Amino acid sequence: MIIELGHFALILALAAAVIQGTLPMIGAARGDAAWMALARPAAVAQLFLVVFAFCALTQAYVTSDFSVLNVVQNSHSAKPLLYKITGVWGNHEGSMLLWILILALFGSAVAVFGGNLPPSLRARVLGVQAWIGIGFMAFTLFTSNPFERIFPAPLNGEDLNPLLQDPGLAFHPPMLYAGYVGFSMAFSFAIAALIEGKVDAAWARWVRPWTLLAWAFLTGGIALGSWWAYYELGWGGWWFWDPVENVSFMPWLLGTALLHSAIVVEKRNALKTWTILLAILTFSLSLIGTFIVRSGVITSVHAFASDPERGFFILILLAIAIGGSLTLFALRAPSLKAGGLFAPISREGGMVINNLFLTAACAAVFLGTLYPLFLEAIDGSKVSVGPPFFNATFVPLMVPLVFLMAVGPMLPWKRADLAGALVRLKVAALAALLVAGLTWYLQTGGPILAVAAMGLAAWLFIGALVEWADRVKLFRASPGESWRRARNLPRAAHGMTLAHAGLAVAMAGMIGSSVWKQEVVTNLKPGESVEIAGYSLLFEGVGKLEGPNYKAERARFTVTRGGEEIALMFPEKRVYQVKAMPTTEAAIRTTFFSDLYAVIGDADGQGGWTVRVYHEPLVPWIWIGCLAMVAGGLTSLSDRRLRVGAPHRQHKSTARPAAA
Amino acid sequence: MAKRLLFLLPVLIFLVVAGYFLWGLGPERDPKNIPTVMIDKPTPSFDLAAVPGLDVPGLATADLAKGEVVMVNFFASWCVPCRAEHPFLTALTEETGVPLYGINHRDKPEDAAAWLAELGNPYTRIGADPGRAAVEWGVTGVPETFIVDGQGRIRYHHRGPLVPDVIERQVRPLLEELRS
Repeated sequence: MIIELGHFALILALAAAVIQGTLPMIGAARGDAAWMALARPAAVAQLFLVVFAFCALTQAYVTSDFSVLNVVQNSHSAKPLLYKITGVWGNHEGSMLLWILILALFGSAVAVFGGNLPPSLRARVLGVQAWIGIGFMAFTLFTSNPFERIFPAPLNGEDLNPLLQDPGLAFHPPMLYAGYVGFSMAFSFAIAALIEGKVDAAWARWVRPWTLLAWAFLTGGIALGSWWAYYELGWGGWWFWDPVENVSFMPWLLGTALLHSAIVVEKRNALKTWTILLAILTFSLSLIGTFIVRSGVITSVHAFASDPERGFFILILLAIAIGGSLTLFALRAPSLKAGGLFAPISREGGMVINNLFLTAACAAVFLGTLYPLFLEAIDGSKVSVGPPFFNATFVPLMVPLVFLMAVGPMLPWKRADLAGALVRLKVAALAALLVAGLTWYLQTGGPILAVAAMGLAAWLFIGALVEWADRVKLFRASPGESWRRARNLPRAAHGMTLAHAGLAVAMAGMIGSSVWKQEVVTNLKPGESVEIAGYSLLFEGVGKLEGPNYKAERARFTVTRGGEEIALMFPEKRVYQVKAMPTTEAAIRTTFFSDLYAVIGDADGQGGWTVRVYHEPLVPWIWIGCLAMVAGGLTSLSDRRLRVGAPHRQHKSTARPAAA
Repeated sequence: MAKRLLFLLPVLIFLVVAGYFLWGLGPERDPKNIPTVMIDKPTPSFDLAAVPGLDVPGLATADLAKGEVVMVNFFASWCVPCRAEHPFLTALTEETGVPLYGINHRDKPEDAAAWLAELGNPYTRIGADPGRAAVEWGVTGVPETFIVDGQGRIRYHHRGPLVPDVIERQVRPLLEELRS
């Protein structure tokens, strides 16, 4: 019964979205305030209905209602409660419902907090948002209905893919979707602005917080996914340039560009059409990502059960959403009033260069991801594009970008003094040389480029801190004065420092783990040990273990260093019984500077076991850096200037208001 | 005007990409089908012993370049699709008279013998492969079938079971062409 109510609620939500997508738009065109005002209650009603539908499905999962097909296919009564809940979005149909829920959340956030938006802009933004919702709700209801019943109901379910029964992956999809869907806000604002024919600083101030929020979620989502791949797949790698990873990375790259170009619109009233285009493209890439992952157009290591028929439906949605919005852009953007020109050496000039590099990097990833499809369509040959392509294209684009990232924030708006900025960065240059030298001294055989790359990471890290230290006059004024200045500094400035420094830390982690990773694969009998990076792992044997819905073999290693026992490690090999699928559970011993990573393989039948051991230097820094970037985004979001619902007049004051 | 065209560029690029996507969704296309690199290359060198308990000899490179077109089929008793293609392979061998050589992939000899005893043995030679030969032939799974010409060059490679459709459309015409 509840399931049917959930189904009806979703149908009603679709009806509410149709109202929200039409009447307020007509009202905005005619200047009819009452019709425009319909958008807000419609958005809130849509949210309530979608929440109800989502809860109905969750309820079926929690109570293991096996008369629901989706629950049968993705759940099992013996599954722990956490994975019963996360199983709701661990499959195609349920994840579409989650997507719709997040979309409705964002839409109603505009309805609730958008009190100070001009009524016509608000009506149009909500109208566009509703159209996106209509597309996805129709897709879910017509091709991927999670509320379908099955009769007769089986006694038990088929269980969730064991790889997904993991806390890291449990929260990866919601964060990723919050990122993807969050960019729909920037998209809706861009379309509304094109319809209105007006882009101004107030518009940019509205777009930026949504973009920041989406960006922070997407950063977290990608990091979580990468972390999961690292510890769950048992290969000791954290990024594979797999199509599914790339499609989440492309919106991130363009979203990062959008984040910066929106500042230029806000501060200098320039780059307007470009920012609009970026807003459209960022969300378009999120949509294309959904299409690629769910249509099976490109093979990937990890993807949803793909289905060309669904793919066709999404392709039509893409054609309408992306084709339509870009056509609108082609028609309306030329008539937008252009902003002022500006000097190349200035903060805004730096942002333009940032945008160029990020867009080019995104184009490289796009090409690398879709090249196999293009080539196959042209001459039928099949290729796979792997890390060598991305290392040869993406990395060279990142090097100058990271170099300039330290310089850009030093430049003031309008007209800057490059020499002066570089002088202020001499500490960073010194740090870069020092770190490069130290790396050179410590490294045990690795490419010389890695030494330079570590120097570059140090340059960015110290460069970001120097800029912040300059602003608060650290060490040049009394500590009290610095503290006061730090408190008065806009939160956005702290956020930027945190995010830029975070990227530097993550970068160091990526370099370290790719270049100086060590790997030993061997066959051990109990009592034998394996040596890696100064550690000795004594294999003590394998015991059996019984989990709620799996059986495991658990190995025990005693880790010693210099004869001293420092840890015990327990890598597992699990077999999930319902799906009869084995998974590896790596044992990871982490210090701040490196990870020791052990995986147990198969028994050879003569008392020995295959054992893989990795030593991964600096890997923890990747996650620490990503966390800092997310924290930076959120800090910036809490800036008074961007706080959702902050009254307009406060934006006008040029002097930075005290935070107090 | 030039400026207008510039603004049209994004939508034009999208249309091209969407065209590729549409093509990519075509029902004929299987992105998981990996092409072979073995075509027109000589067969890799290998020497496989006979499967114990069977009365057919083993298989080596030298058996493949004797001026006669042959088929080489990778199979295993544990492989369900092999069972599916078995009657078609047998019929094809009987009808065309093309010798069928087997490579028994990662199998227990007694299982292989029992399997052939049950289904019949269309193979004139069978080599027992512990796994190495499959790698050298570029085989990713069983069953896979090759057609080797009289000079010992690989002329055809099919992944998966040889079903009647594939036999009629590809295998039979090629065999006739090579033997004429």
